[in-house]
Amino acid sequence: MNILFVLIPLSLVLLALAIWAFFWAVGSGQFDDLDSPGWRILMDDDSKPPPAAEQHKREDRPDA
Amino acid sequence: MIASAGFTDFYRFRESPAQRPDPDDIDISQWTVYDRPELQREFVQRTEDGLCEAGLLIEGVRCAACSWLIERGLERIAGLESVEVNPSSARARIRWDPGQVDLSRLFARLAELGYRPHPASADAAQSSARREQREALKRLAVAGLGMMQVMMFAVALYAGAFQGMDPAIENFLRLVSLLVATPVAIYSGGPFFVGAWRDLRARTAGMDVPVAIAIGGAYTASVWNSLSGHGEVYFDSVTMFVFFLSLGRYLEMMARHRAGASADALARLQPTTALRVTGAGAERVGIAELQPGDTVRVRPGEVIPCDGQITSGQSGIDESLLTGESRPVNRIRGDAVTGGSINVTDPIEVEVQNLGADSVLAGISRLLHGAQTERPRLARLADQVASRFVGGVLVIAILVGAYWWNTAPADAFRVVLAVLVVTCPCALSLATPATLTSAIGALAARGMLVSRGAAIETLARCNRVVFDKTGTLTTGRQTVVSSRFAAGVDRGHAIAIATALETHSAHPIASAFAATGAAPDVADVRAVAGGGISGTAQGKRYRLGHAAFACPDGAAVDMLPAETDAGESSWIVLSEQSLPIAAFELTDGERADSAAVLADLRALGLELEIASGDSAAPVARLARHLGIDQFHYRLTPEQKLELIRRRQRDGDTVAVVGDGVNDAPVLAGADVSVAMGDGTRLAQTAADVVLLGASLEPLVHGFEVARRAMRIIRQNLGWALGYNALALPIAASGIVQPWMAAIGMSASSLLVVLNAMRAGRDPRPRLIGGERGLSGSPAHRALT
Repeated sequence: MNILFVLIPLSLVLLALAIWAFFWAVGSGQFDDLDSPGWRILMDDDSKPPPAAEQHKREDRPDA
Repeated sequence: MIASAGFTDFYRFRESPAQRPDPDDIDISQWTVYDRPELQREFVQRTEDGLCEAGLLIEGVRCAACSWLIERGLERIAGLESVEVNPSSARARIRWDPGQVDLSRLFARLAELGYRPHPASADAAQSSARREQREALKRLAVAGLGMMQVMMFAVALYAGAFQGMDPAIENFLRLVSLLVATPVAIYSGGPFFVGAWRDLRARTAGMDVPVAIAIGGAYTASVWNSLSGHGEVYFDSVTMFVFFLSLGRYLEMMARHRAGASADALARLQPTTALRVTGAGAERVGIAELQPGDTVRVRPGEVIPCDGQITSGQSGIDESLLTGESRPVNRIRGDAVTGGSINVTDPIEVEVQNLGADSVLAGISRLLHGAQTERPRLARLADQVASRFVGGVLVIAILVGAYWWNTAPADAFRVVLAVLVVTCPCALSLATPATLTSAIGALAARGMLVSRGAAIETLARCNRVVFDKTGTLTTGRQTVVSSRFAAGVDRGHAIAIATALETHSAHPIASAFAATGAAPDVADVRAVAGGGISGTAQGKRYRLGHAAFACPDGAAVDMLPAETDAGESSWIVLSEQSLPIAAFELTDGERADSAAVLADLRALGLELEIASGDSAAPVARLARHLGIDQFHYRLTPEQKLELIRRRQRDGDTVAVVGDGVNDAPVLAGADVSVAMGDGTRLAQTAADVVLLGASLEPLVHGFEVARRAMRIIRQNLGWALGYNALALPIAASGIVQPWMAAIGMSASSLLVVLNAMRAGRDPRPRLIGGERGLSGSPAHRALT
């Protein structure tokens, strides 16, 4: 069972690493907004303006 | 506009209808004032690489889709470095290159998308809230990870206690537990010690005191035992305790921050710029640049920037800020106007008298803060019970220790420790926060944000609900409720003429006539402030407005009901060639679910009451329609507050539901206050509870969940006290080993937590909540 004297300190090192990584993530603002990033992935950044719709919209709402 | 830019995704992902951009906002000239260095000094920072950075408060951001739209919409502008929008706080940070693009261009673009930007000075409250949240999250992570590790070692140690274990390994495990538990107790548990110290210095024993004693005592004893090599260690109990408490506090804090995210809501009510009129002409300047004695021009639809006196023009002014009365009041030259009220109909010029801290708006805000500080603090009672309990435990522990020291000194420390551990008020102090957290979470999921944990307690005790009328029971928008026509008049024609006339008006009642189909052309349209609107169609002159305006010749308007006098009437008359042909009764339409919600509330045994600043007739009608016998009208905020105080003196616990700035002091004076999410922002920041969305329906859930939560809290407290009362004599007799005490304590705590979870369960499926339920999951909607 003497291997425990190596494995347990090893697990503590991993624990410390995990906590350090979490602190870094919190500090860099990754936990400030947990809602919008989940949505962002569902939205296409590169969708082109539909030309027909654009024309239609223009006629519809001259004020916009 | 949104579709034409390829942003149709927005419509798929948004959670609530966005506001339409106001056509006036798109006019870039009104934003150019933000390019003035005097104004930029207050909210723009320059970075080393020559870029500018500013924090903005953005009106109308309601969900992640909004922030996505803003970020995509702005990124197309050359010169913009980055933009980050946080939808939960409605704040944005933008960085741009001042050489390539003006700030006014960015502002105009935001306004074009339908989100009115406001500069937000780097305010301390917001950044401290963020810091607090980050710190709490770190503490929680340390406690959680530490707890898992220590639990693992504890299982090995407990197994070893039964099966035998190599003493070297046992000692090693205890030292490792010490190593891991130390940051948990000191770093994660730090706030409890700080809080306890603060309580002790203020000579009030709060909940933090027992918690700190439990953590500190168990930790110190464990450290002593693991260093000395014999006796029990309680690191598992310590870390678990810290983790559960931190988790509860973290969730409570998140709810609090979210509800109070718009901390400077008052600043948002006040415009940041004004049109100053000088001999040389008019120029747009920052409010900070104004001096008393200056003259400012206020266009229709703008907020009046200061208290002052009208020097030219006359206009209808919406003073709902002060009176709650939604209909504009006519003000003429020489009348005083109040900063924060809205100029509705015509341009006026105002001489500046009071600004900022001297203004009426600032006074209201002071009144509000006063009422907030004298808020009844029921939470203290629970704390007092706990502190007495802790005091009792300490006395008993000393007595037991003294007894054992005299009879069997070797066992004294072990027994005292068992007493302290067994009576550790873990379950006692978990009972309330765990239940409240669970209830608050459940309510938030149903559209009801609870910003103060004590609100649940008060909500459960409430036996009377006082509603404001405008914007609470009603939508706050005018609609036509009834119409009468003179004999022989073509009804369709009369309505069409009225609609056509009102399409030319920006008056709030114009919306009542909107979209009723094809309208005939009207020419030569004239609006008269405080009167109505007139126009010519098919060769005839039509006038729509108050009776006296519509029929200037004094023709009798026999269609109007006899009891309405001119001041309170919400009737407007349409005349053809000065002869009345139709009359329309306007009212603020009631919310679709008002009647159903009030019926449910009555079924819960609550007394309902209306207190409104509006005039008698509309209030009485609404009360009659909703079946409420007790209603009060024409109340000022002070009178509303007095009404609530009177009810409280009669022994009632009063919940107030309202919106509007004039309600804010009233809300703060109530035992528990509820603000409508679509109401004025200030009311929300003062309120204990905010209803998101335009529905009263979550209120019913609120009362149900609060009552169940309080029932569970009583069960939990009963269990915790009963367990302690039973375990204390057993521990004092010396039968119980400390490890047994630790297991008993943990099991008791776990039971309390599991019971607390029940508070969040849905009491019963509700049919009126169907729509919210179906649309509840954004991902679900997005994927179908």
